[in-house]
Amino acid sequence: MAASRANPARRDPPWIAGGLIGIALLYLAVVLLLPLFTVFFEALRRGVEPFLEGIAEPDAIAAMQLTLLVAAIAVPLNAVFGIAAAWAVTKFEFWGKSALITLIDLPFSISPVISGLVYVLLYGAHGWFGPALDALGIKVIFTVTGIVLATTLVTLPFVARELTPLMQSQGSDEEAAAATLGAGPWRTFFLVTLPNIKWALMYGVLLCTARAMGEFGAVAVVSGHIRGKTATMPLHVEILYNEYSFVAAFAVASLLALFALVTLAVKTFLEAQFADELAAQRTR
Amino acid sequence: MPGFWPALGFTLVYLSFFLFLPLAALALRPWEAGLDHVWGVISHPRTVAALKLSFGAAFVAACINAVFGTIVAWVLVRYEFPGRRLLDAFVDLPFALPTAVAGISLAAIYAPNGIIGSLFAPFDIQIAFTPFGVMIALIFVGFPFVVRSIQPVLEDLEVEVEEAAATLGATRLRTILTVVAPAITPALIAGFSLAFARAVGEYGSVIFIAGNLPNVSEIAPLLIVIRLEEFDYAGAAAVGLVMLMVSLLILLVLNVVQTRVASRGRA
Amino acid sequence: MSLAISDISKSYGRFPALKTVSLFAEDGEFLALLGPSGSGKTTLLRVIAGLETADAGSVQFRDENLLAKPVRERGIGFVFQHYALFRHMTAAQNIAFGMRSKPRRERAPEAQIKAKVEELLALVQLDGLGKRYPSQLSGGQRQRVALARALAIEPKILLLDEPFGALDAKVRRELRRWLRDLHERTGLTTIFVTHDQEEALELADRVALLKDGALEQVGTPEELYHEPASAFVFDFLGDSIKMPCTIEGGIAIIAGAGVPIVGNRVLENGLATAFARPDAFTITTGDAPGIAARVRNVLLAGPDARIDCGLEGGGALEVRLDHEQAAKLSPRDKITLLPRTVRVWPAS
Repeated sequence: MAASRANPARRDPPWIAGGLIGIALLYLAVVLLLPLFTVFFEALRRGVEPFLEGIAEPDAIAAMQLTLLVAAIAVPLNAVFGIAAAWAVTKFEFWGKSALITLIDLPFSISPVISGLVYVLLYGAHGWFGPALDALGIKVIFTVTGIVLATTLVTLPFVARELTPLMQSQGSDEEAAAATLGAGPWRTFFLVTLPNIKWALMYGVLLCTARAMGEFGAVAVVSGHIRGKTATMPLHVEILYNEYSFVAAFAVASLLALFALVTLAVKTFLEAQFADELAAQRTR
Repeated sequence: MPGFWPALGFTLVYLSFFLFLPLAALALRPWEAGLDHVWGVISHPRTVAALKLSFGAAFVAACINAVFGTIVAWVLVRYEFPGRRLLDAFVDLPFALPTAVAGISLAAIYAPNGIIGSLFAPFDIQIAFTPFGVMIALIFVGFPFVVRSIQPVLEDLEVEVEEAAATLGATRLRTILTVVAPAITPALIAGFSLAFARAVGEYGSVIFIAGNLPNVSEIAPLLIVIRLEEFDYAGAAAVGLVMLMVSLLILLVLNVVQTRVASRGRA
Repeated sequence: MSLAISDISKSYGRFPALKTVSLFAEDGEFLALLGPSGSGKTTLLRVIAGLETADAGSVQFRDENLLAKPVRERGIGFVFQHYALFRHMTAAQNIAFGMRSKPRRERAPEAQIKAKVEELLALVQLDGLGKRYPSQLSGGQRQRVALARALAIEPKILLLDEPFGALDAKVRRELRRWLRDLHERTGLTTIFVTHDQEEALELADRVALLKDGALEQVGTPEELYHEPASAFVFDFLGDSIKMPCTIEGGIAIIAGAGVPIVGNRVLENGLATAFARPDAFTITTGDAPGIAARVRNVLLAGPDARIDCGLEGGGALEVRLDHEQAAKLSPRDKITLLPRTVRVWPAS
């Protein structure tokens, strides 16, 4: 089985090839597959009924709805931002451009907990704007608003970083041609630019959605963990786990894991179909 | 080309609201309780222990992933075996699986009665609820970075270069060490940096398996949460600021090293 | 005999790349493998070097069975079309790579390696450029580094795979002459692959022409050019014009006119195809036996004048004349074309 692909100059001794494949398989099995398997195993440990109870419980349903709501707000926001930012940095030259590109990627280097913390510092009870907003009757921290803010910050770079390298390599010739043919900016965008970037956009949106639905640290800081109110699915998992309701915790977790598998399948499909159109950087 | 001001304007306003303003708060709020308080929080043994654990475990985890990630990338690119494409797809699992899900699952596996934990329990070795557990979680979340950084470089490496080395009489090992390794080193450093950056700030997958014992298995992000729960905003912000500054500094250094290595042989 | 390639076959899946190819090279011979893309010439070269495994056949160097050895033990110098230099090593380090790859007991002392590198740099006329990285060298210079690197292992045979394929026309011509000189100095048995007939005819002692994985003809450049074994060889080695004809008593009848046949082809009476070079035509104005045509354009730029002719029966062809004769022609003249001699192969 350890056939090196064809070329004699690249052929490794069979024991090395076999050994390396063995190490890689073992590592992948222990590090990746075992945790995945365990989620489903623990969820179904006591049979199907407790599993179904875990996911049908009103608080679990509320958590699912909240998770979807948060993603439905944060993802489109970041998609529009990603397009605007990629447009600005790829079609134009301006002072501070490379600094801007670095800043857009910055949230990847910030701990999720810090991403939550900063909003508490701004809008919490002792935050810069907290008391003022409170006087107006607006609450941010421990509400859905806070969860949306934190999620948006954590997932901010996903779409932009997929679009930027692609639009960089595509250049502006087609848009310029459209403009010489008399097309207005919106027409040019929808008929020329968007079709060229649609798969990369979808790819970015997919990764952004996966992260938005699964985000834990940032959301944990701003949500207040109010069951059935401000607990997203990952937070609901934590609450159940801390109450020692393991089966229910793993049941909800298995739904998230299932969603992760779907994400991987769609991701793999997009990569196989549109390899050229997706940006080379697939590391996030 | 139309749309410069609208696009840049929107980008800057958006970043101001979601990134600049929040980071300004992080940078400024620690000082409002006075320098002494900031220093008190940062130099507190518990904070020092937490920071050491977060950075240390992230470093070790990134090193382990650098070694095994390179092997996995090599195997996926160079060898043909059944299930290769499926495994390739699974490499990204840590990107897709919510960290809390990974956290409770790892805790179940490595707990003394878990499938792997029980293997070590008879020897009095405990993994979950120790710094070891922290490392296990960080290995999981950082795993894809090295693989995905190296893979495209290995794929694009010209066959001819290795063929040339072989016709010149080099053994396979010498070819790999002197021809292939220098080509993938910049990507390896890049992947290492990403894995490290991700692991330093990781929270969700760690807190379930760590046990969270102050001074022993308590990570820095958790300490931030604890300070916040005590309404010590300045203290929480101070720890956050230190974490961010140190990790940005380390990333900067790694970035410089990577650029240096990559520029060898380029005019 | 220095190198004997016997009955080599190789296929990729169901596609046969080489069909029982046999070829021999004398000591110090300069051999060209010529052919269109997909003819198997590069595959053959790679089989000799050990970069591909043959399905059947043998490659013998003196008394040694080369196919039994792995690539790195064959001691064959290989130069790649795209240089394949190690980009993170300087030119000198590239050249020294093979010498430093030897097992410790066979390896020359470092001082000796350094001296050899300098010597090779001088041989390929790159003195003083040893510290440059490949990215700091021009295409022609890189290919010379690659050649020096291959020569450094003191190979038994030197193989070059389209060595000038990636270079522009002027550099190519310079390097061609230079390679010929180098070969004369080193006296190394050399095989090079090219799809450029001019390059093969100019450089090689002998040319092996491949088509669809089989040898079409092997011989000196003169033999191939003057005694082509097939229509394919004639066509591949220069511009050619193809005409239908009838054979009658050893003469080709083209458009009612008889044309003498050259070459030793014995053909039976009947339909056949005649081939001629564009410069082998006689043009007559007015009525004469031959192919009736009209001048469409006279192109006077270049060493030969080119006459673009529209045939009365449909179609067009371009013939070459000297400038003196061409000056007498002008567009729309009615002319008759006839090759002075033709080569004839069975109608395809």
